[in-house]
Amino acid sequence: MITFEAVAKRYRNGREALSNINLHVAPGEMVFLTGRSGAGKSTVLKLIALLERPTRGRVTVGGENTGKLKARRVPAFRRRIGVVFQDHRLLVDRPVFDNVALPLIVADSSLKEIDKRVRAALDQVGLRGSERVLPAELSVGEQQRVGIARAIVSRPPILIADEPTGNLDPQLASEVMTLFRRMNEVGVTVVVATHDLHLVRESGLRSIVIDNGHIA
Amino acid sequence: MIGSYFARHAQALLSSAGHLARAPIATAFTVVVMGLALALPLGLDVLVRGAREATHDFSGAVSMSAYLKTGVTEARANQLARTARERAGVATVELITATQALAQFRAQSGFGDALDALEGNPLPHVLVVTPRPERANPASMENLRQYLAAWPEVDAVQLDGDWVSRFNAILGLLRQALLISAGLLAIGVVAVVGNTIRLEIQNRRAEIEVTKLVGGTNGFVRRPFLYTGALYGLLGGLTAWLVVIVALALLNPAIAHLAHTYGSSYTIAGPGARDLEFLLGGGALLGWIGSWLAAARHLARIEPGAG
Repeated sequence: MITFEAVAKRYRNGREALSNINLHVAPGEMVFLTGRSGAGKSTVLKLIALLERPTRGRVTVGGENTGKLKARRVPAFRRRIGVVFQDHRLLVDRPVFDNVALPLIVADSSLKEIDKRVRAALDQVGLRGSERVLPAELSVGEQQRVGIARAIVSRPPILIADEPTGNLDPQLASEVMTLFRRMNEVGVTVVVATHDLHLVRESGLRSIVIDNGHIA
Repeated sequence: MIGSYFARHAQALLSSAGHLARAPIATAFTVVVMGLALALPLGLDVLVRGAREATHDFSGAVSMSAYLKTGVTEARANQLARTARERAGVATVELITATQALAQFRAQSGFGDALDALEGNPLPHVLVVTPRPERANPASMENLRQYLAAWPEVDAVQLDGDWVSRFNAILGLLRQALLISAGLLAIGVVAVVGNTIRLEIQNRRAEIEVTKLVGGTNGFVRRPFLYTGALYGLLGGLTAWLVVIVALALLNPAIAHLAHTYGSSYTIAGPGARDLEFLLGGGALLGWIGSWLAAARHLARIEPGAG
């Protein structure tokens, strides 16, 4: 499902975030990317979601060589990947429903379909009834769950999350991880970047340790 | 699928209208600037059109004088006057006989004694020919002049309405100036909308990034900005229409006074429904072009980053 072959990434400021990374995530697998801050975890996720392109090497996601994907095909590619951020990236002036509906709206889904799927996604994250609420009126944990609902609402085959529990207390962090496990159980490939080793150990899942741009 | 497509556009339109309504002061400033820019050529156009209509009134004052040769008898002059009246496009023909002309000259000039010293009447009979209003244009007038000048009894034909030709030439010049200023102001409107949309794009950068992150195309992201630009143009057009109506209401008494000095009771009619349609359509199109240019330039540069 996700393959990195001798991948390197150097940013415009000259910083080399990744050097010669090789990794493979099988379809339906859930893995953790761990490592210190600045190790290169986020860069791996950016390369998967095509927010960045590799400087060297080859990144293949769902059979697509992302380095060669034409710009006009990027939006359709991104619709196949759900992304969860530590800072949620919610639209603060839109209610929960509109935030969660965004991936379906950009995909030109019908209004009926949007209504059905948004309610289902909110149901999954335990926020049914908060459709008309603005993000600022929610707790940090609830905002994170809105972000997750938005990432899963279009049922993408791949879900990536960058430090999704970074701002959450242990109980909320555990609830969020349970959500990811549930998604994974229905066949979604999940990649979670975290520096919370306790969560990783508790999950018993494979973790890929990145250190200074290399796989340790 | 088609229903969903239109629903998306309706949603983008409503979202754009909502954005404008949520910033009423900023929206009002932009709309007023656009309204004034569009009002200027519209106002000038209304004035020029009004003046053109007014000259139809003046066409009654356009006439030509055919001076007959001194040997032509009064009976022949009357015959010629009848012939001239029968020509299509001629409204009236007045014969001023040599005797009438001399009497008039005597009464008005104060040279009565000097005229008595003359052996005979040196003045010719004159036919004053006035064309119908629809034939008072330069081409028809020239045709009529050539027709009269070709008569062997006619010594000379003098056009008495040169000032109308000059007036028409001035109106033509104004029309050219109007077109040039309309073009320049249209560019100004496009620039104003483009700059406003550029700022709007900067303000909504986070929203654009998230939209692209979840798979929104440039076209999808651009859509609400295009509607915003078109709405600015639409409101600007409406403002221009209102500005010209108010301005004309203030100007019309002075225009009526000016027309009165030319013997006309003319006042300029305000912009009509077709003007409004043109303003709304043209304004929306200019707004759309301005926003498209800004969006095409600035949206492509915004790409989501994972933070």
